[in-house]
Amino acid sequence: MSHQKSFQYADLLSVLERVVDIMSAPDQYSYPSVFIYGHRATGKSHVVLSIMKDLELPHASVDCVECVSSGLLFHQVLSAFFGPDAAALLPRCPSLSDFVRLYKQMSSNSPATQTRYIILDRAERMRDMDFSLLPALLRLQELVNDNVTVILLSEIVWEKFRPNTGCFEPLLFHFPDYSKGKSLVQILSWDHHPSYTPELYASYINILLGVFFSVCRDLRELRHLAVLNFSKFCEPLEKGEAKESDIHKLWKNIEPHLQRAMQTVYLREVSSVQWEQQQMDEKEATTLRVLSAHAHIELPYYSKFLLIAAYLASFNPARTDRRFFLKSHGKIRKTNFLKKHEKTSNHLLGPKPFPLDRLMAIFYSVVDSRVAPTASVFSQISSLVTLQLLSQVGHDDQLDSPKYKCSVSLDFILAISRCVCVCVRLLDLLALSLVIQSQVVRQERSLFTAVSNLHLL
Amino acid sequence: QDRCGCVLMMLCDGVCVQAQKLLRERLCHQKLPDQPVGLDSQYKHLLELLRRTAVHGESNSVLIVGPRGSGKTMLLGCVLRELMSLKEAQKNVLLVELNGLLQTDDKIALKEITRQLHLENVVGDKVFGSFAENLAFLLEALKKGDKSSSRPVLFVLDEFDLFAHHKNQTLLYNLLDVSQSAQTPVAVLGLTCRLDVLELLEKRVKSRFSHRQIHLFSSLSFAQYLDVVRAQLSLPPDFPDPKFSDEWNHSKLCEDKTVEEILRRNFNGSKDFRSLHSLLFLAVSRVSVSHSTLREADLIEAWRLISVDSKANVLHGLSILELCLIIAMKHLNDTYDGEPFNFQMVHNEFKKFIQRKSHSIHKFEKPVVMKAFEHLLQLELVRPVDSGVCKVQREYQLMRLMLEHGQVMEALQRYPQCPTDVKQWALSAFVHIM
Repeated sequence: MSHQKSFQYADLLSVLERVVDIMSAPDQYSYPSVFIYGHRATGKSHVVLSIMKDLELPHASVDCVECVSSGLLFHQVLSAFFGPDAAALLPRCPSLSDFVRLYKQMSSNSPATQTRYIILDRAERMRDMDFSLLPALLRLQELVNDNVTVILLSEIVWEKFRPNTGCFEPLLFHFPDYSKGKSLVQILSWDHHPSYTPELYASYINILLGVFFSVCRDLRELRHLAVLNFSKFCEPLEKGEAKESDIHKLWKNIEPHLQRAMQTVYLREVSSVQWEQQQMDEKEATTLRVLSAHAHIELPYYSKFLLIAAYLASFNPARTDRRFFLKSHGKIRKTNFLKKHEKTSNHLLGPKPFPLDRLMAIFYSVVDSRVAPTASVFSQISSLVTLQLLSQVGHDDQLDSPKYKCSVSLDFILAISRCVCVCVRLLDLLALSLVIQSQVVRQERSLFTAVSNLHLL
Repeated sequence: QDRCGCVLMMLCDGVCVQAQKLLRERLCHQKLPDQPVGLDSQYKHLLELLRRTAVHGESNSVLIVGPRGSGKTMLLGCVLRELMSLKEAQKNVLLVELNGLLQTDDKIALKEITRQLHLENVVGDKVFGSFAENLAFLLEALKKGDKSSSRPVLFVLDEFDLFAHHKNQTLLYNLLDVSQSAQTPVAVLGLTCRLDVLELLEKRVKSRFSHRQIHLFSSLSFAQYLDVVRAQLSLPPDFPDPKFSDEWNHSKLCEDKTVEEILRRNFNGSKDFRSLHSLLFLAVSRVSVSHSTLREADLIEAWRLISVDSKANVLHGLSILELCLIIAMKHLNDTYDGEPFNFQMVHNEFKKFIQRKSHSIHKFEKPVVMKAFEHLLQLELVRPVDSGVCKVQREYQLMRLMLEHGQVMEALQRYPQCPTDVKQWALSAFVHIM
């Protein structure tokens, strides 16, 4: 495996040389702190830990996500350098002062013959810990008077770490990302299945990258997708419908499958187990149960109308209600339809809050039969709030005139209104609100005629 | 793996190793120089003050103020070294060193003082008693003495401004109070990087402070700076191999035009020695047996590493979809003069581009675009306006782009295999506004 890993380094040889140069004199002092940044899965932790193991340098590797409190960090560092007995000397809730004092004691008993390294992975979490932890660790060499270097690994750039009044600036190194042609294909090809040729796998990887590379470059995601979909790719080969050299046929088979994977597995809407199962029994054409609500939520009849009414109330300005929902509204004046501040489409700014009365008014005009205002109708509003399809705005104990906001998207509403046997009028209303929102103000005249035609229905 | 082994073996060659060791101690470990450069008046002032406390028993308080890396700790270290070489001071003076980063609380600070002074309520390492008891004990111990019979105590408070954030500033008040009253000779030395540190002190604490400040503002000219660089890189005369050190010292590195240009740019950026040390260290670390003199290429390489824009590096590794989102956000910034935007607006811009101008970018579904947007959020290239509680849906939460127009355009130039329609789209904004 090590030759494979060293091949990987070909891309970042120059960075690697610099880092090794810094660590290449273990019995001498090294720079007190080093900061290495780069995208996810570019090999930062792997490279640094491999160097430590190969050069056999004393190191303590800590993942900052695990360190809920700074005491855990201190414990791990002390036990890595001086053994668990030293770590046991730490008091109950150790402060930084205790840690430094104990470290000084221990290192005076056993001074460092080689540079000690503290490696802090996912160091961006340290910004949320104690405010003095990061500046103190950056100058740890000076504080404990020992040959120790702190290496920080992170995804986020150094400028976002710097404390307000400044600190000791570490050396910065960037781990470059993978290029498509040279490194990424080669790395992904290492996972090839033993029963097929590497060339076949390489062509599979190229097809996969053709679909996914423009969306995502994370090596871990791509590997996961490659592993999940390979069996589907090989299906025609197993069934005997194609040979290994029929790349075009294999591509035609796998490409729609990969597109579907992008909608589901890539977004974690379905789990990998579900995805693999679905590949096996695809003949039954079962639809995948996705996580997101809009595919499979079931609402009572009036709740659907309430939700549609809520959407209309959120996204149409209140002035236009009269025009849309009253049967007769008198003269239509050719005023400037939309006020200036409403020109930026409401669909972009988000839903607006509306009072309960307005919701009920729109509801009564939208629903296609006479509905009595009973408690069952009103209780459906609170269940919609519980389902988080509506959200309540304002204080909880404001019983008088509660205000709501619609928290679902247009796709969901369209899906619902298709399920409900609603007449054309409703769909037109929705379409009309869309047209109005998209700033087509010049076509006022035709719009007015359209609106008046609607109300004649 | 083999390469690491090779490097180690090569460096086990005597002379280079020694040279490296010396230079590393100077550049990394911040070894105290024999005489601080360019700080003579401050040095004399501080030494005189401390001598008066240590030898003549006068109480004093002083603040050393200077930006990060200007040499405060170094100055103090040199002064203390000279002070301790005086015979009268050596036997008498007690030194207590506190640091605002470590002693984040008055309780911890008090325990540390008690420990360092080896008072009677310390057994081994553990300090007994509550905060009030410790404080009373310490004050009694300090107030009992007088000029002639008790030992002078020097309190050094590093990151002095952090002590001013403790509750009621108890520690500062008591220490300065003792330094004002004629009891045990006490010197309180504060080191801080904040120029406005006196504003942080309470009125009662400020009045007990002697308002003596020593400012460290570097007044080096560029020629003096070059001299300093030469001095930092030169090996001392007592180096074991005189031939090597001669050759090294006469390398004429600083006379080279490009090197001087680099040093001038560094000097224009910041005059302090810390940034110089990091630049020199990166260059010095390349020295090995096969490469036994410091060359211009090393310094140029080191400068390139230091002066790179880290956000540009991050942008280089984004996917095409994420890059398109960034360009869409840049357009929104240009059109709306930096007003915050939300995901819906960005998606809208992106859709406009896909429909009208794009040939190479596939039409992605909204959840896929949302995932790319969330990746940008994780990288902190985009930040929500009110970080924290969000009662708004994710798509409508207002955000700001943390990149400048110029950074985006430059990143586009360097982006590998960027489709031409994407580039055209990015450049088209100017026409759109005008």
